[in-house]
Order: sequence, then C-alpha cells, then structure tokens
Amino acid sequence: MKRTIFSNQLLPWLLLAPQLAITFIFFIWPAAQAVWQSFLREDAFGIRSTFVGMENYLRLMDSPEYLNSMQVTLVFAVLVTVLSMGFSLLLAVAADRTLRSARAYTTLLVWPYAVAPAVAGILWWFIFNPTIGILPFLLEQIGYDWNHISNPNEAMALVVIASAWKQISYNFLFFVAGLQAIPASLREAAAIDGAGPVKRFFTITFPLLSPTTFFLLVVNIVYAMFETFAVIDSTTEGGPAQATNIMVYKVYFDGFVGQNMGSSGAQSVILMLIVIALTVIQFRWVEKKVAY
Amino acid sequence: MIENRPFLNFLTHLTLIIGVALVALPVWVAFVASTHTATDFGSGTIPMWPGPHLIENYSRMLDSGLSTSGTPPVARMVLNSLIMALAIAFGKIIISILSAFAIVYFRFPLRMFAFWCIFVTLMLPVEVRIVPTFQVVAGLGLLNSYAGLSIPLIASATATFLFRQVFLTMPDELVEAARIDGAGPMKFFRDILLPLSRTNIAALFVILFIYGWNQYLWPLLITTDAQYYTIVAGIKRMADAVDGLPQWHLVMATAIMAMLPPVAVVIGMQRLFVKGLVETEK
Repeated sequence: MKRTIFSNQLLPWLLLAPQLAITFIFFIWPAAQAVWQSFLREDAFGIRSTFVGMENYLRLMDSPEYLNSMQVTLVFAVLVTVLSMGFSLLLAVAADRTLRSARAYTTLLVWPYAVAPAVAGILWWFIFNPTIGILPFLLEQIGYDWNHISNPNEAMALVVIASAWKQISYNFLFFVAGLQAIPASLREAAAIDGAGPVKRFFTITFPLLSPTTFFLLVVNIVYAMFETFAVIDSTTEGGPAQATNIMVYKVYFDGFVGQNMGSSGAQSVILMLIVIALTVIQFRWVEKKVAY
Repeated sequence: MIENRPFLNFLTHLTLIIGVALVALPVWVAFVASTHTATDFGSGTIPMWPGPHLIENYSRMLDSGLSTSGTPPVARMVLNSLIMALAIAFGKIIISILSAFAIVYFRFPLRMFAFWCIFVTLMLPVEVRIVPTFQVVAGLGLLNSYAGLSIPLIASATATFLFRQVFLTMPDELVEAARIDGAGPMKFFRDILLPLSRTNIAALFVILFIYGWNQYLWPLLITTDAQYYTIVAGIKRMADAVDGLPQWHLVMATAIMAMLPPVAVVIGMQRLFVKGLVETEK
C-alpha cells in the first residue's frame, strides 16, 4: 500500500479503460455467455433455444463419453506431471551439483520452453510415426509393434511424452532456482555429520524444496489440463476410440465440430470451476510468501 | 560442491548429458528429416545424419510453400506470426502497465472492483471459453484480421500483477519528490516509473513474444483466409494434407522454422527470460 498517491479521480479510470474494455468484451462477456448457454437447449436447426435448467449438466454426468473424458484427463494430467517433474528434478539436482558448468547445462535445457505445444506434438508424432518414425523402427528390432493410430495406450503414451517434454525446461528452471535458495551451510553441516548425498537429498534438500514442488505441481496440472490442447489436436485428435479426448479438447470438439452449444457450455463451466479451484489453491500458497 | 566424489561427479555429468540428448532428440530428428528428399523416407531406412537438400527444402518452403495443403508460403506465415506476437507483446505491456499504475498510485471508488475484474481473467484460459469468445469476435467482424488474432489474447492479469509488484517495491519518496517538483501523474509515469521498469518490461516482452508466437487454437479458429495463417497453426494444416505423398521433409523444415525465432529469443535473452518467468509466476 502506497502512502503517497495522486488525487485525480478521472485519470485512473482512463488508465484502466483499455484493459477493462478488453477484459469485459473478450473475457467476462463470453464467460457469462458460456454459463448462460449451459442452461439452454437448442433445437436441431439451432433456431430456437429453450431454458432447460440443469439438464445439460445432468446429461453430462450420465454420458459415458464425458465420464471417460474426465478419467482420461486425470490419467493424462498425472502422467505428464509426474514424468516431467521427475525428470526435471533429476536434471536440476545434477545441474546444481556441477557449480561450474550449471549455466551451460541450463542453456542447453532451457530452449524447449520456446517450442510451441503444437510443434512439440508434430515432432513427437514424426518420431513415433508407425511407418517412417525412428522409435517404432527401434521397437521393431526388439519385437514390439508400435502403432499409436490404433492402440489407445500407445496414443496416450505419445501425447504424454510430447506434453511432458515441452514442460521439462519450465520445471527445470524453477527447481534450479529453488535449489539455489537452499543455504549451502545446511548441506555442509549434514555432510560433516556423515550424511551421504542420497540421505542429504531426502532429509534436507527435498523437504526444503517442497514449496517449489507444490507450486510446480499446481502449474503442471493446469498446463496438462488446459494448455495441451495443441498437442492433442496436432497428434491424435482425441482418438483412437476417445482414448486421448481430454476435457479441453472435448469442449472444443462438441462446440465447434458437434455444434452442441448447451453441452459445450456446461463443459466450459465445469472446466472454469476446476481452474478457479486450482488458482485459489495456488494463490493461497503464494500469499504466504508474497503479500498481495 | 560439498565433498569430492569423483564417481558421483561423473554420474552427474552423465545424467545431464543424457538429459540434454533426450531433450534435443526430437529436434535433431526433425532437422535431419528436413535435409532429405521425400524418397529418402520411402526406402524404410531412417536417415540419422543430415542430407544435402537443406537449402533446397527450406528455400522452397519459404518461397512457395506446400500448395497442396492450401497454406501460403512459409515467409508469409512467419510474417503473420511476427505481427501477431509483437502486437500481443506490446499490447499487453501497454495496457497492463497503465492499469497497474492506476491501481497502485491512485485511490478511487471501485478500485478493488476493477482489480478483481482483471484478476478473474487469470481463471479463464482461452481454451475454456473458446466457443462464446469466437462468437463475440465473429460478431465484431474481426475474423481474418490481425486485430482478431491479437486483441482477444491481450488482456490477462499476469502482466498487471507483475507491474503492480514492481511499483509496490518502489520507494514512496519518488512520488513525493516528483510532486514537490510539480510533476503531474503522467509526467511521473513517463519520466520516473517507465525508466525504472525497463528491465521488467524487457523480461516480460520475451515471455509474451513467445506466448504470442506459439498460439495455436485461436489462430486456427479465426483464420479461414490463408493470407492470415500463422506458422504454428499452419503446420497442422500441412501435416493433415500429408496423407497422400509423404512430404515429411517439408513439414519438418517448416517445424524447424516455426521454432527458430522463439528459441533464438530465449537463448539470446536467457537472463531476462528467466527473470521475467520467475517474477511473472510468483
């Protein structure tokens, strides 16, 4: 809170006007529309719509496709988060140990952040391409026949790997920052007391890293749930047999391709509630460190 | 380093080298593919080393593109991406630095209400409200335009929060001194606040440029005119059309060109980028 301020009354509104205008036109109004549409049901020609209350939500809860999509999202988010955070933590701990070359390794690991999720999807799709990809070729040598176009589990593996790959650099940067914030004296004291590197990691480093880990956990779940749309669309398009149809993709597909606005609206609202819950969790945690 | 353990040092470097190699693998494969001709994939053996067709493939894509996929030349799509990314980065910085200035340096009725209106945008990713947002943009007649590509993605709370944090840490004496010297709010903003936030602006610019460049779903939806295709959204259209003849070498050349500018920005401005990333997220 500032003690000294300016006393104009009109000027602050002029300064806020551009952001508020865009926020209302492109965020709050469409979000309200999504909520409103979720209570409507359009006829087959999209001419008339009637208010049906909670019917769209109830239908979703009854729909095996939607329940499948929730389950797929859960599996996908957990796998992406665990894979990407685990790998990044391993690399961050290693980079933190090599004091002299840490910067060089950081440069070599940081760039995937800049690769678009859609491009990441295309790259891994190419690598896993059943006819000309490198990995199916190698897998064939050991007798495994890879085809993610027809095998649901392999399709899931493909989108998980592409999504996790994209997120490694982000997690790595935050883990390195978190590790560097841990006072060296603590680890030195433990080393003098005879604790080996592995023991030091689990009794000192990892507990002290838990704020960073928790923050990344939330960010990665949000990433896996909402920002991987492009990965899915550029590779499996939700298939085969709905195996990779995560909730964000289904909102788009039902709304744009299926033209089912009521159902798409209801799905949007459910997703918004999830984002709000995750944002609140994240901010409650951040508040402890930074006072807003 | 706490104690000297040669074997552990070796293991550390080995882990990092394997990690770097794994992370780089897909890009290496794509780059190798982009230097061969289509027939090199047909034989079933996968090339592991770059071929001699690098310049040929890349210049072909830049000049004429893949006409069978309905996409314009890559140079055109790169230009569109550049316009979109720059418009988003500049637009976001301008509107959020102004609104953060208003929220921190003024007291006015409904101040907290305005703050919360901006705050809620954090919770509404574009993917979630995609259908109604598309309808709004279509209703405003912004389909197939640079304004439609960039403006709906400009508002977001993160940049406002960052500037708010920056302003809150600036000493109160600055305002007092400016007022004693007879400076009005806008003069204070221009002559003191802006220069002092220069590194934050630059750091944020790096992040926002990448954010804008990498947009996918939004440009895919609102551009039906090939003249407005962005490169990231264009790749998908190319890959879709690939089914007939394998044109993988050309798709991969495009993928490499799509990631080159943002990757160059991240590596070239690594210090600023990391600073911006860590500060924006906190």
